Amino acid sequence: MNAAFQRLLTALRHPEKMASLSEPEWDALLRHTRNASLLSRLALDVRACQGWDTLPLRVRQHMRAATFVAERQIRAVRWEVHKMHEALEHMGIPIVLLKGAAYVMDDLPPSRGRLFGDIDLLVPRDRLGDVEMQLRLHGWHGTHHDAYDQRYYREWMHELPPITHITRGSTLDVHHNIVPLTARLKPQASGLLADLHPIPGYSNLYRLGNADLILHSATHLFHEGEWTHGLRDLVDLDALLRHFASKPGFLNALHARADTLGLQKPLQYALQYTQALLLTPLRELGLSAPSKKLTNPLINRLFMHGFASAHPDLSVPGSRLALFALYLRSHWLRMPMHLLLPHLLHKALARSKTAEE
Amino acid sequence: MMRIRDFSDRELADRLAQGLDLRTGPFIFHIQSRDDPVFSGLRRLYADFPVSEAGVRDFHISVCRPANLRRWYRPQVVFKHDRESPFKPLPANHAFASLEWGMNWCIAGYAHHFLTLHAAVLERNGRAVMLPGEPGAGKSTLTAALSLSGWRLLTDETALVDLDTGVLWPMARPVNLKNHSIDIIQAFSSDAVFGDKAFDTHKGTVSHLKPSLDTVMRMDEPCRIGWVVFPRWQADLPARLTRRPRADTFVYAAENSFNYSVLGETGFRALERLIREAECFDFHYSRLEDALLAFDRLST
Repeated sequence: MNAAFQRLLTALRHPEKMASLSEPEWDALLRHTRNASLLSRLALDVRACQGWDTLPLRVRQHMRAATFVAERQIRAVRWEVHKMHEALEHMGIPIVLLKGAAYVMDDLPPSRGRLFGDIDLLVPRDRLGDVEMQLRLHGWHGTHHDAYDQRYYREWMHELPPITHITRGSTLDVHHNIVPLTARLKPQASGLLADLHPIPGYSNLYRLGNADLILHSATHLFHEGEWTHGLRDLVDLDALLRHFASKPGFLNALHARADTLGLQKPLQYALQYTQALLLTPLRELGLSAPSKKLTNPLINRLFMHGFASAHPDLSVPGSRLALFALYLRSHWLRMPMHLLLPHLLHKALARSKTAEE
Repeated sequence: MMRIRDFSDRELADRLAQGLDLRTGPFIFHIQSRDDPVFSGLRRLYADFPVSEAGVRDFHISVCRPANLRRWYRPQVVFKHDRESPFKPLPANHAFASLEWGMNWCIAGYAHHFLTLHAAVLERNGRAVMLPGEPGAGKSTLTAALSLSGWRLLTDETALVDLDTGVLWPMARPVNLKNHSIDIIQAFSSDAVFGDKAFDTHKGTVSHLKPSLDTVMRMDEPCRIGWVVFPRWQADLPARLTRRPRADTFVYAAENSFNYSVLGETGFRALERLIREAECFDFHYSRLEDALLAFDRLST
């Protein structure tokens, strides 16, 4: 871990200590947190601390700007969910918001200062076609027209190709499971749908149960390999753990749920890395800290490269190779070898074709 | 304080290769480039601008050759903001134009500590006139002519409205002129200093007009608004200034803001105060001379 990455972690753990940073250190920290999609979150933390007035002018200006962006994102997510719900409400099926949209709509701590890409939802697999049709009638249209992409999503993946609203430009990812059909981990979507929390003020609109929120976030982070947002996702996990651990009996429920869904491994990673990087007080929260020995040292090194991948300044030598290994790993976990090799070959060829153009 | 003109060619090139901290009003751009058009554009058009010493910079940008064959074969340049490259690579001789567009892109995308509007702003006798930009309305030509006729240029492209006080902040950057406008302004004033032309850009031929020394020396002097004027060039019409409703001006300005929707209620309040303070007009003209007279009368 290099000094820049260490400083970024210190900022996330102890925003109140930031008043002592020099201007060049701030200059670097602003860039690093922005690239890690964490500037808005840090801005809210730092603005609440003593000494805010003493920070360099440009730091305060960019943090103010980042706070506006965070507030706008929350307004935008609420509005998009509202419009999506309008389109699907009458179908009488449970619509389950995942990740960011769920945090915002149920006002959970990770929504604080979080930046979003798409809105993710989970619907029963046997109604997927109807959902797609209803959304199309309300202006959401597919962007992946390539026949290969269509087949990739529909036969192997756990979601439809992303659909974008024709006038508002917002993107929905419609899922029918939380991991791909072909993946090595096989939690049953029907199991997830059995423990849902209603979103206040809406009918047929839900989020996953408390434990499942954490398990899903952990599975997404450690198994899907979108590492540029890795640290942001870990910050989500830290906030969820701190929030729910105060509820009696939660910890047993979390471990039991991981057993039922076959997601012990991602949970173990989540506990290990929130504690190691963000000092999540697992013991005080009543969670048994996982033994480091459970994680293969090679995998551990790959994950550390992953968390540092948001900006080149944060990385240590070997990161290109490590990120490539993480990319292969996420695909290896996603599909069996006889599907994986042709798929990667197709992607590599498609990429070189676009590069030529 | 060092200004770009204080550096020798060699020093400026070295600084640019490492990264030069250029200050333009409230923003410090850390600019890194080894490309000739960037060097000569800064040398000629930004000569009077201050260079700041290491501190917090607003934007870290670069204009560089991509690391592939296009480095040599029909060379291209790529604009980058930190790790993002928002534009497709452009021909190497568009490097300076690409730097200017990139700077505008950074401000539009990130400077949400201001309300940013797509408009030119100039000042005379302590009051600012804001010219919102309808494409093709002749905003840049008029801005350039006014800036060469006793009006102080604050910005030709992005108005910066202070969220707390409502004043307009200058950037004092060069005016971007296109196609026929370049010839008009060259004919209009022998004082006009232009950068090299970039041909066949997505906006046609593009060149930049150097801001006056007074404009640059006063880049930290904000100004309260006096007027919003919507210029429209129309052949063979006498110059005519007509009142425009404030409500209508507000809606137009909101739609032509880069970040009105980001700022939410704060943006609404800032824009409401700005428009309430201003007298609003539509302005038709065909001859620059008539336009300058009309603006003279407005400001006295």
